[in-house]
Amino acid sequence: MSSEYVVELRNCTKIFPGVVALDKMQLAVKPGEILGLIGENGAGKSTLIKVLTGVHQPDEGEIYVNGQKLSFKNPNESAAAGIACVYQELNMEKQLSITDNIFINKWIKGSGGLLDYKTMHKKAKEVMASLGQDVDPTQAAGTFGMGVQQMVEIAKAVLIDAKMIIMDEPTSSLGEKEVEQLMVTCRKLRDSGVGIVFVSHKLEELFELCDRVTVIRDGQYVDTRDIKDWDNDSLIGAMVGRTLDNLFPKEFGTKGEVALKAEHLVEGGVLDDVSFEAYRGQVLGFAGLVGAGRTETMRAIFGADPLDSGKVFIDGKEVKIKSPAHAIQAGIAFLTEDRKGQGLVLAESIRNNLIMANLKGFCNGPFLNQKHILEAGKENITSLRIKTPSIDEIVGQLSGGNQQKVVIGKWVNTEAEIFIFDEPTRGIDVGAKIEVYNVMNRLVKQGKCVIMVSSEMPEILGMSDRVIVMRGGRVMATVDRDSKHFNQESLMKAAWGGTLDE
Amino acid sequence: MSKKKFGGLGQYAATIGALLILCVIFTIVCDTFLTYNNIMSVLKQSMFIALTAAGMLLCLITAGIDLSVGANAIFCSCLIGMLVNKGITNPVILILVPLIAGTAIGLINGLLLTRLHLPHPFVSTLGMKNFLWGAALVVTGSQMVSGFPNSVMWLGTATVGGFPIGYIVIIVIYIIMHIMLTRTALGRSIYCAGGNPEATRLSGINSANVLTFCYVVSGLLAGLAGIVNIGRSGTANGATAIQPYDTDAIASCVIGGASFMGGKGTMLGTMLGALVIAALRNGFTLLAFSSAVQNMVLGLVIIAAVLLDVYREAMAASARRKEAAARAKA
Repeated sequence: MSSEYVVELRNCTKIFPGVVALDKMQLAVKPGEILGLIGENGAGKSTLIKVLTGVHQPDEGEIYVNGQKLSFKNPNESAAAGIACVYQELNMEKQLSITDNIFINKWIKGSGGLLDYKTMHKKAKEVMASLGQDVDPTQAAGTFGMGVQQMVEIAKAVLIDAKMIIMDEPTSSLGEKEVEQLMVTCRKLRDSGVGIVFVSHKLEELFELCDRVTVIRDGQYVDTRDIKDWDNDSLIGAMVGRTLDNLFPKEFGTKGEVALKAEHLVEGGVLDDVSFEAYRGQVLGFAGLVGAGRTETMRAIFGADPLDSGKVFIDGKEVKIKSPAHAIQAGIAFLTEDRKGQGLVLAESIRNNLIMANLKGFCNGPFLNQKHILEAGKENITSLRIKTPSIDEIVGQLSGGNQQKVVIGKWVNTEAEIFIFDEPTRGIDVGAKIEVYNVMNRLVKQGKCVIMVSSEMPEILGMSDRVIVMRGGRVMATVDRDSKHFNQESLMKAAWGGTLDE
Repeated sequence: MSKKKFGGLGQYAATIGALLILCVIFTIVCDTFLTYNNIMSVLKQSMFIALTAAGMLLCLITAGIDLSVGANAIFCSCLIGMLVNKGITNPVILILVPLIAGTAIGLINGLLLTRLHLPHPFVSTLGMKNFLWGAALVVTGSQMVSGFPNSVMWLGTATVGGFPIGYIVIIVIYIIMHIMLTRTALGRSIYCAGGNPEATRLSGINSANVLTFCYVVSGLLAGLAGIVNIGRSGTANGATAIQPYDTDAIASCVIGGASFMGGKGTMLGTMLGALVIAALRNGFTLLAFSSAVQNMVLGLVIIAAVLLDVYREAMAASARRKEAAARAKA
């Protein structure tokens, strides 16, 4: 049985606890074509890739390879069927040679079962040369740049005669010349009959390279068209086209003075001349794609990462923040996006986590004031509606939403004036989200300054008084709530590199 | 609150039980074990272990380790020996020099970890242990030193009605450290730095200084253990720096509830752990086991203690999962 498509995914549904990651998803790749795959953060691209490569098993749906129905129990079975993936994070053994990396677990053995390096080196050199890379395969992989390392991954795919190669944002860590080289290689592979799925956040690359583009959104298939039938606006429209539910109990404070002002923040390769102002009594939203430099901006302001240059002013006075301890003294609270890794001590109790950012404030002399701690903790649990049997419950046992509330409580207890929320509602349920928004409302009404970094466009639009859009470490646009650009299309346009007219 | 109180007592049940069972066995097989004099000598034996274990506990709570405690203590003993060899008898100098030296060595261990960013204190303190072993031999010219003045012998030998005064000093130190760990901001910071150093740093706590502090205390207590050692043995012998004192200290902490994963462990538990190790060594000596056999058994004890730690973690995790599942159903 033959088919028009080399790999076809039909009606695929994948459910994780509490989230439908893929909902009747479909994808079809022809041999000898480059298919662009595009979608917002959280649209389901990663899950889709992992289903195709056998990392995840779909709950429903079928995968056809050359018209033959297959199911993959693990990545080895997917690879055996000819599906390969070059992940965004390369899996390189940097200390080992290029040959070792290419032939890992596929070693060529000579007589007596010993490794036949002579043959392997020769083959490695050939494969790399066919990809346009004239390198010495005996050198350690780590001594080469990202472009070559990526070619090593592609060489592995070529070596197993992959029928389809998925490239997950392959250009995100490459320089201009390397991107050029990668495109040449992609076209060469296409011409040899390989189907390529090219995932990218950069529209211009899709237009330059792809034959067709598939758009997905919220875990669902949206549309596939030939590249000539797409343009910038129709692609973005297809990506974001959803309606805003009224899940955002936005309340307005009174706009006050500038609480935090950043001027020309520069961090080599990460932040490129970032300037903005955040007012008291307002929520300032930071929109952008993953990797746009929003979290990095906040970490730099908070003193968690060093800045190369730039100034930070609080209430009009310049402050030199060298460490998170300084930042807290200056009145900044920072709720990190990774609450488990950076926000909480999971093995400790709620009581102890709640006081972590302000131990001195809970002390009489050198001793902790247990009465004060207990009162404050009970107040936090009530006002933030932390659902727990006891204040001494271990934080690791709480649900994600309740953990997030503990992090919020920890910062509320510092009596900070500037609250930076980085992805405050990621991975928590709707009810808990609304309670987080209510905390923001309360802070704003108290005249405090709230900054919210979020990759959820509806959340940005629902809760912000002003929005700053970042891309590639730069501020692309600043949009007020009453501006005509305060809508999903305009913000996405800026996030994807477009400019907004005045 | 009642649940927490129960946990507070219950957490030592296993350690106390182990100690009692050990005592019962030794009492049965050896009629001299359960005598006042011998119990006092168990306490005396536990002094060195308890001091090194107290410092070790701080490091373990931060998910680190200090493998140089034993060698540090013996090096400090040998420093006193060197001073005595040079004819110095001023008790203030004889007491202060080892304490300062021990503290300085702890400071170096801490700085290697936090300022030079060595990957794990396992390696740096292991290197330090070997360095100190050699240094202990160098300062004494590889000769055993004896004939110490009473001023340095006092802490290890003095008794009140047979009860060792040194042990009273240790109880006082343990109480102070217990209060520090449970009632002060510094103590909270130590547990937090062990549980999640990045979250701790982002909470405005200087994790590097907190970690350094732990190694400094470990060094200071090792210096004190060096003084106790002079009183206990009457000699300073650089060759003993390589003895498994560090494993005794680690075993005491782990038997007392500390975890290699950090964030856990108490002073009371560690005290009980030190008594278990001292009772084992004492009982074996009474039964005339050779030191070679003692080392074999104690090696197994530490492996068992680590297994216990791993098992405890797994049990706790599965209990948490079951509890969470039960709650989700309800």
